Amino acid sequence: MDVLTQEALTTIPLVAPAEPGSVQPRELNTRLGRGDRIFFRGASASGLFVFAIMVAVGVFLAIQAAQALEATGFSFLTTSEWQPDSGKFGISAVMLGTVLIALVAGAVALPIALGTALFITEVAPTWLRASLIALVDLMAAVPSVVYGLWGLFLLQGQVIGLSRWINAWFGWLPFFDVSRADPNSPLSSASVYTASTFIAGLVVAMMVMPISCVVMREVFSQVPIGEREGAYALGSTRWGMIRVVALPFGRGGIIGGTMLGLGRALGETIAVLLIISPRFDINFHILEAGSNSVSSLIALRTFESSGFGLSALMAAGLALFAVTLVVNFTASWFVARSRSGASSEA
Amino acid sequence: MTSLMGASSITEELEQISADVWSDAAEPATTLPPRPAPHAPSSQRRALKRFSRTDALMMGGAFASALATTLLIFGRLTPLEGRLGFVAVLFATYIVTYAVLVALTDNGPTVIDRVMTVMLTTAAATALAALFSVVAFVLWRGRTALMHSNFFVQDLSVTGPLDPLDKGGISHAIVGTLIMTLIALVITVPLGVACSVYLTESSGRATSLVRTVVTAMTALPSILAGLFIFATWILILGFERSGIAAAIAMSIMMLPIIIRSADVVLRLVPGNLREASAALGAPKWRTVWHVVLPTARSGLTTSVILGVARGVGETAPILLTAGFTSTMNLNPTKDAMVSLPLAAFELVRSPQPAQVARGFATAAVLMILVLVLFTIARIVGGRPAGQLSKRQERRTVTTSAKDAERMRAMPTPLVKEHSNV
Repeated sequence: MDVLTQEALTTIPLVAPAEPGSVQPRELNTRLGRGDRIFFRGASASGLFVFAIMVAVGVFLAIQAAQALEATGFSFLTTSEWQPDSGKFGISAVMLGTVLIALVAGAVALPIALGTALFITEVAPTWLRASLIALVDLMAAVPSVVYGLWGLFLLQGQVIGLSRWINAWFGWLPFFDVSRADPNSPLSSASVYTASTFIAGLVVAMMVMPISCVVMREVFSQVPIGEREGAYALGSTRWGMIRVVALPFGRGGIIGGTMLGLGRALGETIAVLLIISPRFDINFHILEAGSNSVSSLIALRTFESSGFGLSALMAAGLALFAVTLVVNFTASWFVARSRSGASSEA
Repeated sequence: MTSLMGASSITEELEQISADVWSDAAEPATTLPPRPAPHAPSSQRRALKRFSRTDALMMGGAFASALATTLLIFGRLTPLEGRLGFVAVLFATYIVTYAVLVALTDNGPTVIDRVMTVMLTTAAATALAALFSVVAFVLWRGRTALMHSNFFVQDLSVTGPLDPLDKGGISHAIVGTLIMTLIALVITVPLGVACSVYLTESSGRATSLVRTVVTAMTALPSILAGLFIFATWILILGFERSGIAAAIAMSIMMLPIIIRSADVVLRLVPGNLREASAALGAPKWRTVWHVVLPTARSGLTTSVILGVARGVGETAPILLTAGFTSTMNLNPTKDAMVSLPLAAFELVRSPQPAQVARGFATAAVLMILVLVLFTIARIVGGRPAGQLSKRQERRTVTTSAKDAERMRAMPTPLVKEHSNV
């Protein structure tokens, strides 16, 4: 027994038993030290500074736009021309062009983004997965002017045939009608199909696809392994598992990712500016030459405007900003509300 | 002995009863299926591989058949033309042929599964093909101008649009991009990291408000950032269009991107590291400075590089704030300064083929720059928070050994041994 006491590894110092009533909770000192106070003040200051800049952009646009908005009132939303000097200007044509380009982009990007995201998470072998993710991220990083060049010099020539074909077969749909073209005549000029909303939308689709794809991939990678395995255990095929488990689980991410892409598409400037030829009338025909967007309007007209014209451009910018904000907040709401949204980024 | 006798008699009795039951009952309650004799497990493992030789043959056969059919349709039966149409018809024919082939041997769900797998693969292939086509096309069209070394060292001040490609270059745009990016980095890195530290280290209503606004700002159309700087910095404050105005506009675009990804990275720092630091008595700022930020260093670098990659490629804000020039300008506070994307944009709008070639080459240089930045970001940020590279690990071990040496050399031991009571 003696030996054991000698070799004990831990010794507990003797503590006198506390007198009843003398035990008091230790006072916790939560006051921050001087260094921490400076640190927190600095961090909050930088946070507030960023906040102030961001809010300033919106507020400033609103203040500058006020002059133009007061002058036109409600007709700002309905007028299609853009002649601020004669007081006749409005965003109906440019906003319609913006929305149509974004819709074409969304419609093209959605299936590709969804398919790519599912391919990466479900189909691709493990060794391929990391490089595919990197390549999709890289697609998002390619500058928009590069996409614009590609669209203008390469894609446009390829797409004219497709435009003509759609016009020939689906021309009875008002969207695909081209007023100045006869698709069945081989002699008709190809130029009526160039510089159209459709081509601009295709190029923008290449830009927004990776953005949507990243969100969708994020969501699909969080599908609970139990449900996945459960579907397989019940004899499901891979597509069966995707249809009953992955797609319902990721619904919020799919909608949110698509809308996030739409938000980006609405604000795209340079690629659209390179491709379209601007026109200021209400034009639903997406295959027809000529289109317009708010951002390309701003890029084209800022230097030649002064005073009131600039205020009008600010008003157009404010409208674009408002639409983008609504689309983006709806997107984050969808993502956050979905089952997978708790931990996902967007 | 007696107990054994008893046992056997009970058994006999039970057997008797069961025999009665068997004969009495109209039908037996349970029938056990005959079991096969247990055999040794097969030495051959079952193949779990999804893609067998039959699959490959089916795909190849379907493709060959589809190709032949499409060639027939295009060449003989209809006056169809166009590369895009050919690919579309080929794809549709392939899907149908493949589905029919699979349906010969497999059931409905399998056919759908196979067809959908082909669809998903096609979607991914389309995306990749688009990316490769963009990269290859711009490099190809830019190759003529990129071949000339003067393209990288001269500017366009004395070069007209009609001059051949062995005169003039875009050094002014390269330098302009570098200067603008540097200024933008000086603004965004401290501000972005401080703001993301604020977002992760403190909590409350203000934090979530800032986070919401920053998230909203990632969606800010870039042209509006340019318009904002144009209206405030240039029109109201009266500065001229210059490199610094463009850099500020670029910073407004980069800040939200950097803050959001840095926020995610900082939140991934394991909580027990923070707690360990706090338990050692470190104040909050020391924890952040010595534990949180070094742990997240690779992730923070990645977020900054991704922000730069995005900022470098922005054209619209630069268009409004920097102006276009064809001469070298090293002073960011005075006169117009041009960046790579803006130079590419302006050059390709010229009708002269030489200028268009220069524009493509400029875009190629820009794209290569972005690719390099992106690759660096991947290499640096490939590891999760806290995982060290070989060299960092060695450095940590050395520092730790030095610390141990220092503690051993201390004159008075900090820990006194307890004497046994």
